[in-house]
Parts: sequence; structure tokens; C-alpha cells
Amino acid sequence: MDSNSNNIVQAKALGKQVSSPEGTLTILDDINLSIKQGESLAVIGVSGSGKSTLLGLLAGLDTPTSGEVILNSTILNDLDEDGRARIRNQSVGFVFQSFHLLPGLTALENTALPLELAGSEQADEIAKQKLADVGLSDRIHHYPNQLSGGEQQRVAIARAFASNPKILFADEPTGNLDQKTAQRIIDLIFKMNKDNGTTLVMVTHDDALASLCDRKVVMAGGQITNDT
Amino acid sequence: MNTFKFAFTGLKRDWYSGELRLIGISILIAVACLSSVSFFTDRVRRATEQQATELLAADLVLISSTKIKNEYIDNADGAGLIISLNESFRSVVVNGDNLELAEVKAVDANYPIRGNLRTSDDLFKQEQINDSIPASGTVWVDSRLLQALQVKLGESINVGAAELIVDKILTYEPDRGGDLFNIAPRLLMNRVDLDKTKLILPGSRIQYRLLLGGKSESIDLYRNQLKLDENLRLQGIKDARPEIKTALVRAEQFLGLAALVSIALAGLAIAMSAQRFAVRHYDNCAIMRCLGLQQREITQIYFYQLMMLGLICSLIGCVIGFFAQEGLNQMMIGMTQQSLPKPSWRPVLSGIFTGLITVLAFALPQLMRLRKISPLRVLRKDLTPLPLNNYVIYTVAIIALVLLSPWQSGDIALTIYTVLGLFLTALVLAVSAKLIIKLLKQLQPKLKMAARYGLANVSRRSNQSVMQIMGIGIGVTVMLLLTLVRTDLLAGWQNRLPDDAPNYFLINIQPDQVDSIRSHLSTLLNNDIALYPMIRGRLTKINERNVNPDDYENPRANRLAAREFNLSYADTMQDDNRVVAGEWWSKGENTENYFSVEEGIAETLGISIGDSLSYSIAGQEIKGKVVNLRWVEWDSFNANFFVVSNTSALKTYPSTFISSLFIPDSKRSILIELIKQYPSITVFDIDAILKQVRAIMNQVVRTVEFVFIFTILTGIAVLFAALQSTHDERTHEAALMSALGANRKQIISGLIAEFMLLGIITGILSAIAASIIELALAEYVFKMEIVINPLLWLIAPLACCLIIVATGLIGTRKVLASSPMLILRKT
Ligand SMILES: Nc1ncnc2c1ncn2[C@@H]1O[C@H](COP(=O)(O)OP(=O)(O)O)[C@@H](O)[C@H]1O
Ligand SMILES: [Mg+2]
Repeated sequence: MDSNSNNIVQAKALGKQVSSPEGTLTILDDINLSIKQGESLAVIGVSGSGKSTLLGLLAGLDTPTSGEVILNSTILNDLDEDGRARIRNQSVGFVFQSFHLLPGLTALENTALPLELAGSEQADEIAKQKLADVGLSDRIHHYPNQLSGGEQQRVAIARAFASNPKILFADEPTGNLDQKTAQRIIDLIFKMNKDNGTTLVMVTHDDALASLCDRKVVMAGGQITNDT
Repeated sequence: MNTFKFAFTGLKRDWYSGELRLIGISILIAVACLSSVSFFTDRVRRATEQQATELLAADLVLISSTKIKNEYIDNADGAGLIISLNESFRSVVVNGDNLELAEVKAVDANYPIRGNLRTSDDLFKQEQINDSIPASGTVWVDSRLLQALQVKLGESINVGAAELIVDKILTYEPDRGGDLFNIAPRLLMNRVDLDKTKLILPGSRIQYRLLLGGKSESIDLYRNQLKLDENLRLQGIKDARPEIKTALVRAEQFLGLAALVSIALAGLAIAMSAQRFAVRHYDNCAIMRCLGLQQREITQIYFYQLMMLGLICSLIGCVIGFFAQEGLNQMMIGMTQQSLPKPSWRPVLSGIFTGLITVLAFALPQLMRLRKISPLRVLRKDLTPLPLNNYVIYTVAIIALVLLSPWQSGDIALTIYTVLGLFLTALVLAVSAKLIIKLLKQLQPKLKMAARYGLANVSRRSNQSVMQIMGIGIGVTVMLLLTLVRTDLLAGWQNRLPDDAPNYFLINIQPDQVDSIRSHLSTLLNNDIALYPMIRGRLTKINERNVNPDDYENPRANRLAAREFNLSYADTMQDDNRVVAGEWWSKGENTENYFSVEEGIAETLGISIGDSLSYSIAGQEIKGKVVNLRWVEWDSFNANFFVVSNTSALKTYPSTFISSLFIPDSKRSILIELIKQYPSITVFDIDAILKQVRAIMNQVVRTVEFVFIFTILTGIAVLFAALQSTHDERTHEAALMSALGANRKQIISGLIAEFMLLGIITGILSAIAASIIELALAEYVFKMEIVINPLLWLIAPLACCLIIVATGLIGTRKVLASSPMLILRKT
């Protein structure tokens, strides 16, 4: 039990099954995983191996069919959707492959969104600070469609860090970017991660990127086949 | 490749994956609405016509000044029509020393084919429906004749050479018709006794009538095959009394409007769904193009799909429409205690035709964009075909509407007004919505969370928001027109025939009796009594040109030119008249003679402002100038005149006075007193006709209300289609918000804020649009004065908010249920 205390995320016998026309389909099977506070973890594997599904379960976006997830000392299974939403809002940040900014909101408004959802009074100031951190001070009133892909992803990173999360989940954050931009984004993620003392869980199929992380987990067919 | 087969399998696949379902359902709702509207209006129209036939006593009447030739009768017999013959003529009827000129009608046993005779057993007593006609040797006379001849029931009178017993008082005969004030007292007798009267002589002025009844198809057939000779004229239901004609025309206008508007709304819903369908098929098409499909084949595939979808859904829609109108009919039976004629099959045809045209006109242009998809899109997602030029969409839609509308409303002026109105409304709504959103956008940074999110959504989807506001706005405008405004318009119409509309006319009042009768009745009835002078004259010249009846081909004009009619004089215009051209003269002594002519008769006879008219009155010629044309509210049942002069022009000519008044049942004894005191006055009872008109009006109003429920349903379909068009985006955004930690409440309040904003903008714009349209309709189409309900400004935004928020939340139920996992799956 003591060894668990500095685990920020813990998955126990995690399984996910869905029903399909061909019968029940097992996407994840008996996943056991502990991630320490401050650790950076890469999840790699071929497409369809279940990486995103695992990420979703660990981040409390979805519920498992069996097993449980403990995130920041909270057993997610015990929470309803709104409870999990609160956890996501307070403890978790996301960066996605396709940025997922709200197109109607400016960079500033997008960044401030998680803070506003939490009812923060200083949403705007904090958001401005975070945008400065990612080097976008001069673009805060621009809309997503006025920004390049790399810039959009930087806004997404600022948004992810806005609520000072304990853990950052990134699902192929460079998948939609050219190599040069991708490199800058990776550098930024690692820098922000270090500055904020955040735990990082990153899905990627880029081996070079994975080797930058403290730890690598390889997935195949819904199971962890290697954990180094 | 076999594009037809491909289209068919595609249709099945897309149906199950829910892609085409939206378009299909729109067609289905549209056709269900349309066909129930047209099934029902068709039946109501025939029912209303049936009621109108009562005023002819038949479905069709042939009127002749000579004996009706046997071939007409034989043909009617051959066509399986019910036949009734009658003769009417004027003759002096005698009771001892009392002589009176009466209008005699000799009828056979089939009379009346439509409607009933009503009689009573004493003066001003309760009347009863009578299924028979006077037995041979007896006559029924109206109360005027009874009064004039001072005869009692059971006593005999002389009609020509025959002595006949007065059996009953005739209170109502369906086809009394004609000009209310020109007809003599009535006498109804059996045709069998006609020879005994020895009144049918060569040269005597007799009107021969052939009354026909039967199925409307047989009647139409007979009517179309009829070759009229010069002595003969026809009277169908629409040629009947002007009051009824107005009621029928107006009913058709209201119902036609309802049908037309539902097509337009359905079209809008289809266009919106089709656009969504097209957008969702970009990738499919790009891949198919990559795999070698030609543009032509893509066009074919979607054309076939739409045709199949249109046909299937139209058929189902017709079936639903049929049952819906049957249910409607059941409701009507409960309310009116009377069943409608059987539905005809025409609405099925028009339903399918309309369904196909609507889906092609509104969906095809959207889907045609798919053929323009570049195969390169598989590599570059942003290669979206150029959005269709909106003008193209609107032009096609308007052409389709114009093509379809006469089918529905049968009225070209109404169609043009409605289509133009809808188009203008759409345009104005779109432009103002765009402006308002732009202005509101400035507010965004100052707003709180939910409101900001809502406004952000509205303004970001600016184009879609404009589309939604336009779509919902048209729907709501129409709904407003149909609910609030309809009540104003219908109330306006019904108010013309208030409960105290005149039900008696007094005629033959001598000039020296005017003052005493006015004061006498005014005290008894507690009301001001208006008396109008009446002078009989015949039009002899228009602009020095002799008026010759034969110059007019139009039979109505011919008749008007031939006969004497009633002129009147006044220095102030009657309340229920309105000057439509020129100006009313000022009060006081004018040295010149002025005429004011009713616009309808002016048109028929070719009279315009500035013309000089000459009338022959009691052997004297009087000439005057037409200074204005007048619109007359004929259905007010007040005494009204085709031609009115200034007082000084006609005052010196021999005249009698006429008055119309309302006498409640409880005060009928006043009449008996009046007749005793002034024996020369004749009382004319129009209560029965009034009841008839009122019954038709009530029926029309009720059916219009029912029919508009369906139109409102199509309005809601538009609302759904508009919401559906942004459904995918909403789902995605809700998932994202949820991933960022928004709880259910926050997501819902964001949606509510967006819908409320849309609702308020839509509500205000719709209220403006509805009031403008209402005023225009009242002024130009229905020709009545109305007051815009001030509640509109409160109710419209409030109702829009409620409707849009409620429908929006129902429509986005699935959005709320969407898992935040969605955003990990979607790229
Ligand atoms: N809701 C679902 N229904 C059916 N199959 C699913 C569902 N979610 C994921 N899958 C399947 O599970 C497998 C793993 O998916 P995913 O976690 O997205 O893989 P990865 O991110 O590693 O590419 C895939 O084969 C995917 O098709
Ligand atoms: Mg994945």
C-alpha cells in the first residue's frame, strides 16, 4: 500500500469490452499499470492496439467493463459522469492529435475555458500567462481558424496546463503536424511538463519521441506486452 | 456500372445508417401534411359548396325566358341527374278588395333538390322544416303577402283564374335569391295547378328554371357539354349570392394559404437536411470518384435515390395524411353534427406529385454539389466543393413553389403574394440576423460563461445560425400569422357579421314617414336607425354613348345594363364603404351632380372616374360625373347601393326609403305593431339567410383552425431540420467540453444560452415580419381593417425562446448523452 502512495494513476485488472455484430469484442484485457507522480510515460503500439482506449479509461473519459482506475487517490469507478468531469477539470489536462479547440472562441477564451468551468475568478489572467508560456502572447484574440496547426496545438497545450493539472494525457499530439513543428511542440510539452511538475502520459507511435520519456509501455492486441 | 442498382443499395444503407432518414422524414411529414390538408380541404370545399347549393336549391340551375327545350332535360336525365322544373312570374294576387303584385313560383315534387323549405303556422311564429311542397289546390305565401292581402290561413285567394287555399306561411325558400330589395312578396304553388291559373300565355314574362342535382363529376360533365342558347343562362354555386361567394372564396384563400405555406416550410426542411446529407457524403463521393466513378454517374445515383425516396415517402405520407384527415373529420362530426362528403382520390396524385417536385427542387441542387467533389479530396480534406450559390437554390425553390401552388390554392394572386412574401421574409430575416449577430459578437468578451459560450456558438456558426434563424424565423412567422394574426384576421372577418347584424329590412317607407319611423324605432330598439333613400333608375348613357345591353358580352354586364336598379344619395359615406379611387364629395349644396360607383360594377360596365353617366328616372333624364369608385363590404348585410349620388342631385326625384335593422327574437312584436301603424311598409325577414351565411362562416373558421395545426407541424419540422444541421458539431463540442471537465449542467446551460439567444433574435424578427405581412394581407388580400395585437411583441420572443429551447433540448438529447471518448475517436 505504501508503494502506492506516490502513484498518481493506477489501473487494476482493467478490461474493456464492447458488443459488436460479431459478438463481444475485447478491446482491453487485464491491464495493470501504475504511474508515479512526476513520471513521463509513453504508450506505443500499432494502430488498433487499444492505446486510445486505455488513455480514455485512465483519464476518466470512459468507464471500464472490469477492473478499476484510481486517479489522484480517487477511485473513478465510484464516481458518476459529473464526478469524473470534476476530476478531469481539476486534475487532468489533455492534448489531442487534432487540437480540438472550440472554433467560436478566441485563443484566450479557449485557454480560459477549463478555468471558467471550474468557476475561477482569475481565468483571464491565468490564461494570458499560460499563452505567454507557449509563446502566443500576441495571438490571444485570434480565432482557431486564424492560427496554423502548430499554433493551435500550442493553444491546446496552454489550455491543458491552465488548471495546473497533476497529470497530462496526450494522444498522438504531433500526429497532424509536420516534422519541424512537431519537434517544437514536443519540446514545449516536455518543458511545460517539467516547469509544472506534471505527470505525462503520452500515446505515440514515434519511437524517437517515446525514448524521450522515462518509461515505455508497449501495447498489442489490448494487452501490455512490454513495460520498460 | 448499374447506377440504378447502386442507388438502391445506397438508399438502403444510408437509410439504416440514418443518413437519408432525415430527408425522408421531411418528405413524409410534408406530404402527410399536404395530403391531409388537400384531402380535407377538398372535402370541406365540397361540403361548403354543398351548403352553398342550398342557396340555389340545386347544384346547377338553367334559367330561361322561354320554355326549356326537352333536349336539356333529356340530357340531364341521361346523365342520371335529379331534375326539377319550375316557373316563376309576377302576377297580381287577389283577396276580395285587396290586390297585391306577387312573385309566383310553381314547383314540382322534387323541389327543392338541395336545402329545405321552411314554413310557419302564423305570423312571426317559430318556423319548421317542411319536406313537402304545397299540395294541389293550396299555396304557401310569405308574411308580406299575407299582410298585404289581409288574408288568414285556410282562406282562399285568386291566382289568375285559379282559386287556391292559403295553407301555410312560407318563411324560407332556398333559392329566393336575386336582389333582396327588388323582389315582390312570394307565393309558392304546385305546378299541377299552373294550367288552371291560365297565366301561362304567349308573351307573358315567365322565368323557366331547370334545377339539377347529382354527383359533382356528373354535374361538371353536364355543365361542360352544355351548349347554351341565347335565352338560357346558368347558375352554379359560385354564381350564387354574393355573400356566399365571398365566404367560399375566402375559405379557399385561407386553406390555400395553409397548404402553400406547408409546402414552403417542408421544402425548407428538406433543403436543410439535404445540405447536411451532402456534407456528410463528401468523403464517400471523393472515394468513389477516386475509384473511377464519373460525374454523370454520381448525378444519376443521387437522382435515383431522391426519386425512390420521394416516391416511397410520398406514398407513406399520403396514407398518413388520409388517416389524419379522417381523424379530423371525426372531430368535425362531433362538432358540427354533420359528416363531410367522401374523400376523393385527387389528393393522392397531388400528394405524390408535390412530394416528388418538392424533394427534387429542394434537395437535388444541394446533392448536385456532390458531383463537383474533387477526387483529390481523399488526399486533402479541405477540398470542399464551392458552396452552392444561394440564388440558385432560391430560384429553383421559388419556381417549384410557383409551379406547385396553383395546384394547392388555385389562386394565382394569392400564390404570388405568398411566394413573394415568403421570399422577402427569408431575405429580410437573413440580412437582419447577420447584422444582429455581428453586433452581438462585440459583446462576447463581456459575457459570463454560459452566455459567452452560447453567443460564441451562434456567431461562429454565423452562416448556419443565419440559416437557422431564417428557417425557424419563417416557420415562426408563419405560426404567428396562423395563430395570433389568424385570430385577428378571422375575427375581423367574423366581426363583419356581428351577432347584431341586421336581420330585418324595412322597405317602401315613404319620405313623409321617415322622421316618425326613425324616432319610433330608435326609442323602441334603443339604437340609431339609419334610413336610406332609394330611387329606381336605368343607366342610359356613359359619356354620351347610349348604353345598349347587347354591347356587353359578359352576361352580368348585359343584365345590369338592361334592368333598372336602385340609386341612392348621401353626403357622408356609409361606414362599411371605402373609397378606392377618387374622393368623396364634401357636404353641402353642390351645384353639380356627382356619382360614386361600386368598383365591381364599374369594372363590369366599363365605367371609370371622370365619366359622365346618364340615368333615366321616372321618365326624366339626369346626368352626372363619376368622382369616385367605392369598395363595398357586401357581407355586412347592411343596405348598400351600387351607385350613390350627392344629395342635391337626386333629392327631388321620387323615392322610397329603406332601413336595415337588428331586432332580437324577444322584440319581434315590434314588427307587428309597426305594420299596424304603417300599413304601407313592408317588412323583409333575412334572418334565415343570415343564419346560413353564419353557419358557413363558422364551419370555415373551424376547418381553417384545424388545417393550420398541420402547417404548424411542418414549421416544427423545419425547426428540427435546422437543429439537425448542426447536430454533429454540437455532439463533438459537448464531448470536448465534457473532456475538459464541464458537467452536465454546464453543458446544458451552454446549449440553453445558445438556443435562447437564437430564440430571442428569431422571435423579434418574426414579430416584425408577421406584423408587416399581416398588415399587407389585411390591406390587399382580405380588404379589412385590423389592429395588430400588441401582445405579439411579448409573445413572439417568449414563444420562440420556449419552442427553440424545448425543441432544441429534445433535438440535442443525444448530444448530452455523447461520451467524451468521442473526441479520442474522431480526428
Ligand atoms: N466503441 C467501440 N466499438 C467497437 N470497437 C471499438 C470501440 N472503441 C474502440 N474499438 C476498437 O478497439 C480497437 C482499439 O482502438 P483504439 O484504442 O482507438 O486503438 P489505437 O488508439 O491504439 O489505434 C480498435 O480495433 C477499435 O476499432
Ligand atoms: Mg488512437
